[in-house]
This record gives sequence, C-alpha cells and structure tokens, in this order.
Amino acid sequence: MSTPAVVAPAPATPATATNTVELTNTTRWYGNVVAVNDITMTLGPGVTGLLGPNGAGKSTLLHMISGFLAPSRGTVTVGGVAPWRNPDIFRTVGLVPERDSVYAFLTAREFVTASAKLHRLPDPEAATRRALDMVELVEVADRPIDTYSKGLRQRAKVAAALVHDPAVLLLDEPFNGMDPRQRLHMMDLLKRLGGEGRVILFSSHILEEVERLADTVQVVVAGRLAASGDYRSIRRLMTTRPHVFVLRTTDDRALAKALIESPAVQGVELTRGGLEVHASDHGTFTRQLARISRDAGVGLREVIPADESLESVFAYLVGA
Amino acid sequence: MSGWYNPTIARITLRALLGRKRALLLVLPGVVLLVLTLALKAAHLTSPTWPGEVLGRVGFSALLPLTALIVGTSVLGAEIDDNSILHLLATPVSRASIILTKGVVGSAVTVAFAAVPEFVAGVIAMGKVGGFAVGLGVGAAVGSVVYTGVFLLISTVTRHPVAFSLAYVAIWEGLVTNLVSGAKYFSVEQYALGIANAFAKDPDLSPHLTATTAVILAAIATGATLTVASTRLRSFTLAGDA
Repeated sequence: MSTPAVVAPAPATPATATNTVELTNTTRWYGNVVAVNDITMTLGPGVTGLLGPNGAGKSTLLHMISGFLAPSRGTVTVGGVAPWRNPDIFRTVGLVPERDSVYAFLTAREFVTASAKLHRLPDPEAATRRALDMVELVEVADRPIDTYSKGLRQRAKVAAALVHDPAVLLLDEPFNGMDPRQRLHMMDLLKRLGGEGRVILFSSHILEEVERLADTVQVVVAGRLAASGDYRSIRRLMTTRPHVFVLRTTDDRALAKALIESPAVQGVELTRGGLEVHASDHGTFTRQLARISRDAGVGLREVIPADESLESVFAYLVGA
Repeated sequence: MSGWYNPTIARITLRALLGRKRALLLVLPGVVLLVLTLALKAAHLTSPTWPGEVLGRVGFSALLPLTALIVGTSVLGAEIDDNSILHLLATPVSRASIILTKGVVGSAVTVAFAAVPEFVAGVIAMGKVGGFAVGLGVGAAVGSVVYTGVFLLISTVTRHPVAFSLAYVAIWEGLVTNLVSGAKYFSVEQYALGIANAFAKDPDLSPHLTATTAVILAAIATGATLTVASTRLRSFTLAGDA
C-alpha cells in the first residue's frame, strides 16, 4: 500500500488548541485483526468527511477520537488531550453516535435539557432552546422521541450533542436512514457549524454525501488512510483512473474496431457477456461513445459501468 | 447537581426502568410471596417454623435476588446493550457518579419491590409488626443494596448480564454457598439473613453469619462492586465494526 494522496486544504478558520484533532501513527487491532493501521492525520476547523467502505475502520477511528476506544499503538489527541478514559474531553467534544438509541420515552426538549444539565451548563433551558432552534426542532420538541421519524431523531441527537456548544462535533454515519430532504437539511446545518469554526468530522460510505458537504476528505480503506485532503483533487484522481464498461450492441466486433481508434480507450475485449472496454478517461469516453457507435452504424443496447462501485474506487486510490 | 449523586441520571434511569415492559416482572415475585403467605396463613398451619422457613428461604433466595437481578441489569445492562448509555457517557459526568446514581436508583426500586413485600409478608405471617417482620425488611433492604452492586458490576463486565446474573444466582448463591462452608462469607443471601436474624431472632431463618460479620461483609461487597463497576465503565469500549 502506498503513501496516501495528500492535498492540503485552505483552512477557513485558524486552528486553535481546543479545536484540533490529531492522530499520530494510530493503530488499533482486535486480536489478529487490524482495524486501523498506522494512520496520521490532523483535523482543523471546517467539515471533514471520513469516507470509506463498510468495515474500513471509520467507526473505529471515531470511537478512538471520542475516547470510547484506546489506540493499540500511536496517539490520539483532541485539543492536545488524550480522550481515552477522560470524560472531561466532552467539554469540548459533541458525539452523535450511529445507532438510533436514544431515551425514546423522553421528549426532545427533555432529552436535550438532560444533556445540558449533565454538562452542568449555567442555564440549561436557554441552552436547550438554542440547540433545538439550531436543528429546527422547536415545533415538535415536546413530542416523545419515539414518535419521531429517523431524521427527527437524528436532529434530536445532534441538538443534544450541540447543547454545550462544543468545538469538535463527531458524527457517525449521520445520514443513514434519512430521506433526501432531511439529508439536505442536515448538510446545511453541518456546513453552517463548520463555517463557524468548529471541527466537524462525519463518517460516510456514500461518495456523493461527502462530495456535497466536506471541505476536506479522509479516505480510509482497509484500516489505512488511502487519500487525504481537498475533495476536488481526490475526485480528479478518481475520474482519471481507467474505467471498465461492458457494452451490449448490435455488432460487438464492429464497435470494438471503431473504439480502439479512440485515444480515450486503452483496450477492448470480446467476451460472452458483451464488449468489455477499458477507458483511460471516463469523461471523454462517455461523451464519445454515442458518436462513435453511430458513425460505425452499431446500435447500443446497454452500457454497464463494471467498476463504479465504491470499493473499486477505493481500490484505485489505495494503489494510487 | 452535586457530589456523586446525579438527579438527572436518576430521573432518566427511573423512567427507563419503570417504563419498560419488563418492569411488570418486578411486581410478580412480591405478589407471589404475599399470595403464598396469605395462603399458608389461611391454612392455619400447625408448624410454628413456616414463617422463617418460607419467608427466609423463598424470600431471600428467590424473591430478593430475582427482583434485584431484573432491576440491576435493567438500570445499566439494558442501556449498555442498546447503546443508549452513550448519551450519558458522552458528557463530562464522572463514571463513578453514573454508577453510584444507578446503584441508588436500583437499590431503592429493589427495596420497594422486594424488601417491602418481605416486610408485609412478615407482618401477615406473625400477625403483628414485630422483630420478625422488621428483620425481614431490613435484611432484604441490605440484600437489595448488595445485589444491586453485584448486578451493576456484572452489567459492566459482560454484554449478556441477564444470563450471567442468573447463573450467578443459581450456581453461586443457590448451590456453591450451600455446599462449601467458606463460601458463606461471599454470599449476599447470607449477609441478608445474618442481618435479618439480628432483629428476628429466629433460628428458622438459618443464618450462617453473625449480624456484625454480615454488616461488615455487605459494606465491603457493596463498596468493592461499585468501585470495580466504576472502573469498568471508565474503560467502556465501543467495538468498531465499520
């Protein structure tokens, strides 16, 4: 595995002692299984997406940053302090866990107020109003949480995590189960919070979510940091990788002959399943395909991207 | 909010405990004991030993540990199981405070659903509020506190607290302490019986410890289990699966 692709983002707000998360050569293993392998990263103000396929080690990283898991090797610090066995870390950290487990018999107002009291805030009711307002949950705040949709529950959890105005907010797969409107709302909220100078770190296995929200991306694959930095640069790296398409046409052999002359095509192969095309440039190939097939007098029945899965993108990044 | 006891955690714990369906189970053991006592009393048993034998045996080896088991594993184990405990742990509250508060709530509820029925059954059996009934009540109350500590500890050690707690009650309290004489020093049931007998003066309760020894060991056991449970909760770990 190679050194991760690193592109330094321009910080929106200067990092200070309390709003910096640092992992240095952090490794975590369970028995013989290495979940996180020698990861070094520094997170500053703004929204950072922790991207990776299921089982990549994203949750393990979040659990170590929030103090619910000790690193087997290396260090993790939040604001210069190690979070493991240190509940005081939650004076500066807010955590939104992945699992939809809340005290559902409470109303959102009771839930957030309880959080405010546990943080010993001087005016818990005022802090609760502010947090509920921030997530736009005021109108339904007096309904029991067990009557909420997934999206409303998620917002109640975010309000509870924000009630003490933390410098660092950690969210584990915050968009799971949300409908598109709820996703947009949550994205707007997180963008706003990041813009205010907070460190927002959220995990996701959905490329598009990260693309729309994160200023910075940390791509984790098989426990390793595969790419790190500005999203657009990573995206560019992804879009210039060779792509494989399977085409079903009226005349595979004729189209293969026409396609091989295109500079955007690296190679073609006639298979039982159709015509397999290795394109060197995804964008150019997809733009040219229709014209080439028309010029060759070949009808296109089906165009199937064969390696568009997230895993294949990550696999490419790991090898980059 | 002050000191080790946290009223916010206490309120949430109590509502979670009494709101769950399993809370219905809490009422059953006490009701069974009271019905059994009333039935035996109505049968006009000639044996003078039945109150001590029934309320001591059935009460202290079944009603008390089962009630404490349901309560003790619910106040912490159930929250650990569904991860709702994270909302308490993701705050700067000390883990010792969480354990102590849950211990206070668990003990109080167990006293209400086990020690109070023991006391009432003692009154029914003897026909008066005397040393026997008070002894049963006080012994069961102390047992409630110690058992709660034990079950809180088990909840922090394993993700299957109910199964392990049942095994503990059945094998350790029910079997080993009756077969191995030295094990009485590590038996919550014997602590409770020893203290109950200090008031009841009834040999039919079959206590194997003096009241002084029982009080000292109960205090040590409670302190030790709550301390270790706090340490375990401080090291609470979330498995990373993704």
